[in-house]
Amino acid sequence: MSGPDGDAAGAETERRQPVRVVLAKLGLDGHDRGLKVVARMLRDAGLEVIYLGLRQTTESILLAVEQEDADVIGLSIHNGGHLTLAPRMVEAVRATGTDVPVVVGGIVPDVDLERLAEAGVFAVLGPGASAAEVARTVRAAAARRA
Amino acid sequence: MSLPDNPFPGGAESHDDEDSPRARAEAQWRAAFEAAPLRDGTFETMSGIPLAAVHGDPPYPGQFPYTRGIYPSMYRSRLWTMRLFAGMGTAADTNQRFKRLLEAGGTGLSTAFDMPTLMGRDSDHPWAVGEVGRAGVAVDTIADMEDLFAGIDLGGVSTSMTINGPANILMAMYIVTGERGGTERARLSGTIQNDILKEYQAQKEYIFPPRPSVRLVTDLIGFTTAEMPRWHPVSISGYHIREAGSTAAQELAFTLANGFAYVEAAMAAGLDVDDFAGRLSFFFNSHIDFFEEIGKYRAARRIWARWMRERYGARQERSLQLRFHTQTAGVSLTAQQPEVNIARVATQALAAVLGGTQSLHTDSYDEALALPTERAARIALRTQQVIAHETGATNVADPLGGSAYVEWMTDEMERRATEVFDHLDKLGEGSILEGVYEGIANGYFVGEIADSAYRFEREVNAGQRIIVGVNAHTTGDDGETPTLYIADDVEDQQLARLAEAKQRRDGGAVVAALERLAADAADPTVNLMEPIIDCVRVEATEGEIVNALEGVFGTYTEPAVV
Repeated sequence: MSGPDGDAAGAETERRQPVRVVLAKLGLDGHDRGLKVVARMLRDAGLEVIYLGLRQTTESILLAVEQEDADVIGLSIHNGGHLTLAPRMVEAVRATGTDVPVVVGGIVPDVDLERLAEAGVFAVLGPGASAAEVARTVRAAAARRA
Repeated sequence: MSLPDNPFPGGAESHDDEDSPRARAEAQWRAAFEAAPLRDGTFETMSGIPLAAVHGDPPYPGQFPYTRGIYPSMYRSRLWTMRLFAGMGTAADTNQRFKRLLEAGGTGLSTAFDMPTLMGRDSDHPWAVGEVGRAGVAVDTIADMEDLFAGIDLGGVSTSMTINGPANILMAMYIVTGERGGTERARLSGTIQNDILKEYQAQKEYIFPPRPSVRLVTDLIGFTTAEMPRWHPVSISGYHIREAGSTAAQELAFTLANGFAYVEAAMAAGLDVDDFAGRLSFFFNSHIDFFEEIGKYRAARRIWARWMRERYGARQERSLQLRFHTQTAGVSLTAQQPEVNIARVATQALAAVLGGTQSLHTDSYDEALALPTERAARIALRTQQVIAHETGATNVADPLGGSAYVEWMTDEMERRATEVFDHLDKLGEGSILEGVYEGIANGYFVGEIADSAYRFEREVNAGQRIIVGVNAHTTGDDGETPTLYIADDVEDQQLARLAEAKQRRDGGAVVAALERLAADAADPTVNLMEPIIDCVRVEATEGEIVNALEGVFGTYTEPAVV
């Protein structure tokens, strides 16, 4: 991580590490266009993305979080399973004794937003969220944890 | 219904030589047109100006290479099928929606299955939790299929089933449902999507690896060719490729390449191209860039006709004619100010009609928010009816043919698609089928699609591309669109139904049928349709049949590439 000269190494330790986010589709839903676009948006914004892709389980996501020391979990859900899948992810995180925030992206009706918030989901990003909004939300999630 | 004296205004006078190619094309077109039935209608403008059925230069609609349409009379004979995709909750819930769509003037049924069904898993599979009946209807056994079509005459309706990985199983269930209701398989009419290649490229609802999956596709093609003359065994689909983010030219190219791949696979399985090619159909997206879409449809017909004749040696006219269903672009719909989506859908639907579609699904304006409400689905159907009956767009075949811009766009689409075919042909060393397999294995398709999706998103983010209500003209969003809510108890209801079905059947017969299927699957020369039908008859579940096949074929997992 150190730069070409000696001083850069000192500067590096003061600067905050880039936020690390695990991106995954939980369950059977195969709509991955949004998640792939978000992965590139976040990379362009300077975050580190661990892209797990399709058909992940809470276990495989937690394993990646642990191995990669991730700050945030980004779950993409497009087919109506959010009320089951997102709370399950939050509970699985809590069961490990950590508090890695879960951000949900995809199609979530407004009436479900409150239930997801009550279940401990940090934020929900709907269709049309801008690149800036996505990066800001993930950074805010990471900051809450820190 | 008489034709105006001169069906070719501005053309015929200068071509009065009876032996000129133009005169021959005109005479041939006229004979074909006069042989075609006409629907009831006044083929004149609102102001009473009589209209020729076709304008411009040959080749005319119905003539090779069919750039201008596959029928000489196009919508003067028959309007497109207004087919609205529906499915949610239990089979009984969807059955109600089907009946209301038919009452409202829909002319075909189209079934959306839930995610576990699409992935070949039963509702009681651990992966299914939270997804049962959510994004479509749950079908586990023949009992669900029978409830789905209860009270609907399967001999009198055409049904589309959107299913791919487990297509053979759902087809078998539909056949047995028909049998039990007194409609033999030869009388069943409809389409099953059964396009597995685009699943690896775009939609990602695959189960088995590509090669055994393509064998299942060709088994279904071979079976329907022999047994079900009114059935379309594959709907080669660009829709999902586009929704996943491709450009129009990529949609066109990848879809037709997949079509060529199936033709090669079926021919390699010993089928005569003219015995099955006439039953292949296509499914395209209609996105918002109006003229690009129209050029895409026209190019698709021309490319298919030429390739089928020149490369695959098809001789029958029907084998050369590309028939297609269109759906408006779900991905173009916005969650912001959702009513504005009605205008987007109308524009896209008109492009499909001007492009000569045979069948059309119009999206509901609330689909960026949830599954459509009944009201939103009705407005979507009414949008098609306005185009069909009020706009006059149906009076003249290929009304944009001859426009310098539209003809140029058609050529440009063909040129760009040809570059892709050349690439795949090279990858497959002279076989498009092998080229497509290789493109799936090396990430070519997913990479191209992801690049295009990201380019689009960046343009929107940078404000270079305006999307009304999203990055411009954003005032007036009241957030008060009513949305459909799927009851929480659907999953419990379906689990109870499945448990009941497993209780009442003869377990020994199920095991025996599944073992026979697995043995047949291990022999690549056996057509698996009848063994699968036998499994369905003894009420094996979809998941059990998939498991039996998975034991032989294995499971596909895609490498995670961004």
